[in-house]
Parts: sequence; structure tokens; C-alpha cells
Amino acid sequence: MEKVKEKKETDEEKDVKDTDKGPVMEITHLSKGFDAKQILKDINLTLNKGENLVVLGKSGTGKSVLIKCIVRLLEPDKGKIKVFGKDMSALKDTELNDMRKKIGFLFQHAALYDSMSVRDNLKFPLRVSDKTDKEKEDLVVEMLESVGLADAIDKMPSELSGGMQKRIGLARTMILKPEIILYDEPTTGLDPVTCKEISNLILEVQKKYKTSSIIITHDMECARTTSNRMVVMKEGVVVAEGTYKELQKSEDEWVRSFFE
Amino acid sequence: MSKSKTQSVPAKKSNQISVYENLVERVTTGDTGEFFMEVAQLSKFTINFFKNLFRPSFEFRELMRQCYVAGYKSLSLVAITGFIMGVVLTIQTRPTLARFGAESLIPGMIAVSIVREIGPVITALICAGKIGSGIGAELASMKVTEQIDAMEVSGINPFKYLVVTRILSTTLMIPVLVIFADFIAFMGGFLGINILGDVGIRFYFTQIFNSLDYNDLMPAVIKTFFFGYFVGLVACYKGYTSNKGTEGVGQAANSAVVIGSLCIFVIDAIAVQLTSLLGK
Ligand SMILES: Nc1ncnc2c1ncn2[C@@H]1O[C@H](COP(=O)(O)OP(=O)(O)OP(=O)(O)O)[C@@H](O)[C@H]1O
Ligand SMILES: [Mg+2]
Repeated sequence: MEKVKEKKETDEEKDVKDTDKGPVMEITHLSKGFDAKQILKDINLTLNKGENLVVLGKSGTGKSVLIKCIVRLLEPDKGKIKVFGKDMSALKDTELNDMRKKIGFLFQHAALYDSMSVRDNLKFPLRVSDKTDKEKEDLVVEMLESVGLADAIDKMPSELSGGMQKRIGLARTMILKPEIILYDEPTTGLDPVTCKEISNLILEVQKKYKTSSIIITHDMECARTTSNRMVVMKEGVVVAEGTYKELQKSEDEWVRSFFE
Repeated sequence: MSKSKTQSVPAKKSNQISVYENLVERVTTGDTGEFFMEVAQLSKFTINFFKNLFRPSFEFRELMRQCYVAGYKSLSLVAITGFIMGVVLTIQTRPTLARFGAESLIPGMIAVSIVREIGPVITALICAGKIGSGIGAELASMKVTEQIDAMEVSGINPFKYLVVTRILSTTLMIPVLVIFADFIAFMGGFLGINILGDVGIRFYFTQIFNSLDYNDLMPAVIKTFFFGYFVGLVACYKGYTSNKGTEGVGQAANSAVVIGSLCIFVIDAIAVQLTSLLGK
């Protein structure tokens, strides 16, 4: 595992030389509430190019709400979200759709279309692209191979296990080759072996497609393997930030408690 | 996700109140605000439908699939009810007409009552039950399991793909099903007549078509398009805007049927007024 990490770091250093490593996403003073309940209070966050940012936080702190605000599944009350320098809330419908194609979103429960086979699930995001049928089919096979489920192509989602569904969900997210990926608890509810597989998959994706990602997780093993940087959320604000090692030695007992 | 959604359900609403009671309750307690909110939202939904209907990139394949689901899959149900409708209607009216020695009017009577009223309304009600509940439940569960969100974030317009195609399919298919049911009901009527009498099939159908004129057919056909449209609209609205977790799925299916059926009667009442006004 350590080897993988070292290798990744050298890769990243190369990236730094290739492109100027500016932020691809900037969130400033984001707040969002439901009715009277304020969920996100004042979130400030940047995601740099090529990095995996892990977001930690207790269940119900609004981590899912945060990434839903990013893709505008939820409209933020206040604050600004800039992706590739563009203000998300100012985008018109078509611009928003184009932007959304650059941002992959892996749902907490995979959210596969259960009336469609795995093949059609993967082809679905491609329906407005100008690729030929052959190219689409090849891409579907390539993606399924990269998540190790090439033989599930004709299955229906209901015939798949939870872990398989997550991996198919990841393949479907990846098929548009997004530049940013938002993972909502990619390993929750899976056995340790599958968790490891998914964590490695996330690393592979980062390397192969040079993506920048926000990863929400409770799984510290996943956080350790995948993260370049971590932030901790508590009661609607970001309370700590640093690498895995730094946060592990944090002075705040509450932050440290995640690592025990 | 489902956890957070179930949490957000207010406790007092968790017992299933039927839509009628709900309406009555709202009106009697003066809590009509919510009712008008709902009407406003439905109007917005309708505007959205027409906006998306004329936007390019037409979802033709999905429309065909929905027509198949709504139309073809309801054929047997509609056929059975249509047939029974015809048989029962004939047997029921025979004694009355016989008393006046007017048995020869039976085919004409069947024709007019089935084409004008019974065929469209009964078929539309059955479709509200079968197709409406299906659409309501399907869309609501897609919403709960975040499938609609997933479409949205992949840059596909879920409203166009899911809602427009479904409303169009019911608008187009229910009229077809009604015509089909009418025809099967005539067959049922033929059987009903021949249980006690002896009428040739050619004579029977000549009688039927002679007693129908443009004024019977046109209004009946036009109103079935409205039936279809409203069954689809209500079901899609209830399903697409459902947000109460798994409980919402049942509620969406339930209100799709109840409100859909109610709409059918209201449209029918309006249609009958209009035709009698215009017929003058
Ligand atoms: N659509 C909504 N309407 C009302 N309240 C909501 C909605 N979505 C989320 N919430 C509330 O926002 C809070 C945060 O929810 P969220 O799903 O973001 O938590 P989370 O941090 O992702 O938790 P978990 O780790 O369990 O997934 C919850 O208290 C939930 O009740
Ligand atoms: Mg969550």
C-alpha cells in the first residue's frame, strides 16, 4: 500500500510541472438549511487539481447535502461555488448540463436505473453524445473491465450485490470521463476486502484519468489509502484540515476520535 | 439517504389519510393554503411539460416503450372489462325495452351509451388504476432511490425523458384503448342479445353504426384525449414530486389513482355541458 502511495506522489509531482496546480473548485461561505434547520453554516473549501480530498464528519452533518449543492441538485441558500472558475449558480440550463458532464457523482446507494440492464445504465449518460453505437459499446466494455465486472453487462441491477452495484455506479460515473468526481461514501456497507478494492479503484481512476475528487467517507482505511488531504466537518462548518497523518495527531480530541 | 428522508417526515402526517379526507380536512379547517400551493405547483408542472414538449431532441424510443407499457400491456384488462360491460348492459336493458316492444332498439341503445359515456369513462378509470398507479409508484421510487437525481447530474433532462414521454403515452394510448374497448363491448352486446334472441351479426352492426353519428363520436373521442392527458399528468406529478421516502411511493400511487379518477369525472361533467351547449 505504501508503495502505491509513493508512486502516486511522484505522479502528482509530475502533474505539478505539467499544469499549474490551481484549484478546480472553490467553495466560499456556503450555507444551506431546510426549513428552520441550518445544515451547512459556513463552508469554505478548495479542491486542487489532481488531488483526492476526503471529507470526514459524523452521520447527519450534511456531507451529502454539501456535494449535492455543488452539482445544484440542491440550491444553496448563500455562498458561492466556483468550478473551473465558473460560478455554478450563474449557469444557464445548457451550460449547467455541460458542466455536470464534467463532474461525476457517485451516489451513496449507487442509484442504478433499475428498469435498465447494466449495459443500458452505462450507455445512458452517453445518449446525447455524438459517438457511434460501436464506440459507445466499446466504452461500456472498457469501463466495466476497469471495475472488474465485464461479465455483468447483461444483468439487471436487481441481480447484483451491493458492492457490485457500487462498482457499476462508479463505471457509469466514469463513462463521461469527468474531470472532477464526487464520491458519496463509496465503501459504506461493504466488506473489508471489497472496501479495499474500491479504494484501489479510486486511486487508479485518479492516476489514469487525472481526476480531482471529493471523497466522503466514514471508512478510515479508505480515507488513509485514498486521501491527499482531508477536512473534518462538524455542525455545518469545517473544523480541521490536513493530511491523514496530521489529523491523526490533531490537538482536538474530537477530531482524533475519528482515527481511533 | 433514506434515513435522512424518513427523519424529515412530520409525525402527524405518517398515518395514511386518503386524499378525499385530506381535502375535506383542509377545507373545513381553513387550511386551504396547502391546497392552493399544490394547485400552483401542478400548474408549474404543466407549464414545464409544454416547455419540454417542444424542446428539440425528442425521446422517441422511450415514448414508444411507454406506449407499449401503457397501451399493449393494458389490452387484456380493457378487453375483459369492455366485453363484460357490453354483455351486462344488454341483459340489463332488455326487460325494460321488451316491455315497450322495443327490443329492436337494443343495438342502437348499446351503441350510444357505450360510445358516449360508458366506454370512455370505465376504460379511463381502469387506466387510471392500472397505468396511473404504475407511473406514480415508478417515478416515486426512482426519486427515493435517487435515480432521478442521477439522471440530472449526468446532464440528461429527467423531466423530458421520464415525464414528457409518460404523459404523451397516456394521452395517445387511452383514446386507442377506449376505441378498442368500445368495439369489444359491442361484441359483448352481440353475445348478450343472442342469449335470449336471435340477431344476425351483420344486422346487429348495421344497427349500431346507423345509430351513431358524428355528434356521438367526436366529443367522445376528444374527451378521451383529456382523460389520458390528466391520468398521465397527475400520476407523473405525484410520482415526480414525491419526497417522503418509501412511504411516499405508496402515497404517490394512491393519489395518482384517486386524483386521476376524480379528474376523469370532472372532465366528463365539463364535456357533457360543452357538448350539450354546442349541440344546440
Ligand atoms: N431534502 C431534505 N429535506 C430536509 N432535510 C434534509 C434533506 N436532505 C438532508 N436533510 C437533512 O440534512 C441533514 C444532513 O443530511 P446528509 O444526508 O447530508 O447527512 P450526511 O452527512 O451525508 O450523513 P450520512 O453520513 O449518514 O450520509 C440531515 O439531518 C437531514 O435530515
Ligand atoms: Mg450522506
